[in-house]
Amino acid sequence: MGKTTEMKDHHEPTDRSADPGPSDSAPSDSGRRAFMGVAAGVTAAVVAPGVVLHSVTAAPRSEAVTSDVRWGLLIDTAKCVDGCSACVDACDRENGLNLQSKPASAPQEHWDDQKAVWIRKVKLQDNQTGRVTNLPLMCQHCEHPPCVDVCPTGASFKRADGIVMVDRHTCIGCRYCMMACPYKARSFIHEVMEDQLTRVPRGKGCVESCNLCVHRRDFGEESTACVDACREAGHEAIVFGDLKDPESNIRRHLAEMASRQIREDLSLNTGVRYSGI
Amino acid sequence: MAKAAVRAGLVAVGLAWVLIAQVVLAADAKTYVLEGSKAAALESCVEPTDVMRRKHMELIKHQRDETVHGGIRSSKHSLAGCVECHIRSDAEDVPQPIHHKEEFCGACHAFTAVNLNCFDCHASVPRGPGAERAAHAAFQAVGVDRSVQARPDGEDH
Repeated sequence: MGKTTEMKDHHEPTDRSADPGPSDSAPSDSGRRAFMGVAAGVTAAVVAPGVVLHSVTAAPRSEAVTSDVRWGLLIDTAKCVDGCSACVDACDRENGLNLQSKPASAPQEHWDDQKAVWIRKVKLQDNQTGRVTNLPLMCQHCEHPPCVDVCPTGASFKRADGIVMVDRHTCIGCRYCMMACPYKARSFIHEVMEDQLTRVPRGKGCVESCNLCVHRRDFGEESTACVDACREAGHEAIVFGDLKDPESNIRRHLAEMASRQIREDLSLNTGVRYSGI
Repeated sequence: MAKAAVRAGLVAVGLAWVLIAQVVLAADAKTYVLEGSKAAALESCVEPTDVMRRKHMELIKHQRDETVHGGIRSSKHSLAGCVECHIRSDAEDVPQPIHHKEEFCGACHAFTAVNLNCFDCHASVPRGPGAERAAHAAFQAVGVDRSVQARPDGEDH
């Protein structure tokens, strides 16, 4: 991982400067200011009735993420509805997973096993009582992730803000992490990809999994695609937020309701918690 | 004597040819920025042209680590920014994948026979909501106001 902030020049230096002189920057600057004024006015007029503009006004991240925050999810299984797949569908659309198609030669059941899936809807039944529980299962964003422990190249890593993800530039596709994950959360891309979305690069030969909509995090948006979809479907079963902020929505919910980690016997300290299981 | 004169003449012709070839090649190289892309309307890229020609791969490779591990998206060296600015649309306003042989990245990489893997994973045309955000950040980082530029394909979001 590159930590340097300056590029090293291996070649002869250039004597031209990229910095425009102060004299020619002034007129364009005032023009821009005038435009910004108009734009701000128009934006305020259009957006004032709504509430949803955090995403547009937020600037892209310019400083590296720190461990001052830890992103996580709280899933209330009592509100998760049998047969609903709003979160899964939203995840597929957000991350371009809906753009993958079955190779003509592959049998359907083979494809169902192998296609990339970031969220799985899981249905549990207690055989003694007959009680049924539904829940979405995705990467649990462990504090001590087994996938990171086993990765031979360092491609599987935990970001400072707690997001466990794959650096596809260094992933060699060995799939050791898929074996190590207790949650079956990771997928492997078997086929050549086309039509990827700009915000989610993905291609053949790499492992991938839920990254808590990392592009949304970096552009300062408030929630994840699954949380938005669950709210729009009227269930509000998923809460997203900063586990380290005592004032955050997710911490308030965690303080109120009983919640558990899945496979808490493994002491992974997951960032995704479930209530009602 | 005559032989020497002929030899000197041949050497002179050879030297002249080498010089002309270089000038022609240099003129050729300028054509890689395509008419109809946003880049064609700008004085230079995010760095001076000679730096970009020589070091773009290092800039991009450095930036990818900053972005993947640090989450930094405001850089002027983002690949999505390259694509957004250098993309060209055909007569039907369909953006052409930038790694194709006639397009900005593909043309030069075909000429130099350097394999181009970026677009095995990365989108080769701006695609999906928010695709312009990285480019917007790049424009801001170099102090060019992106908003005053017309998009060649006419679909400004």
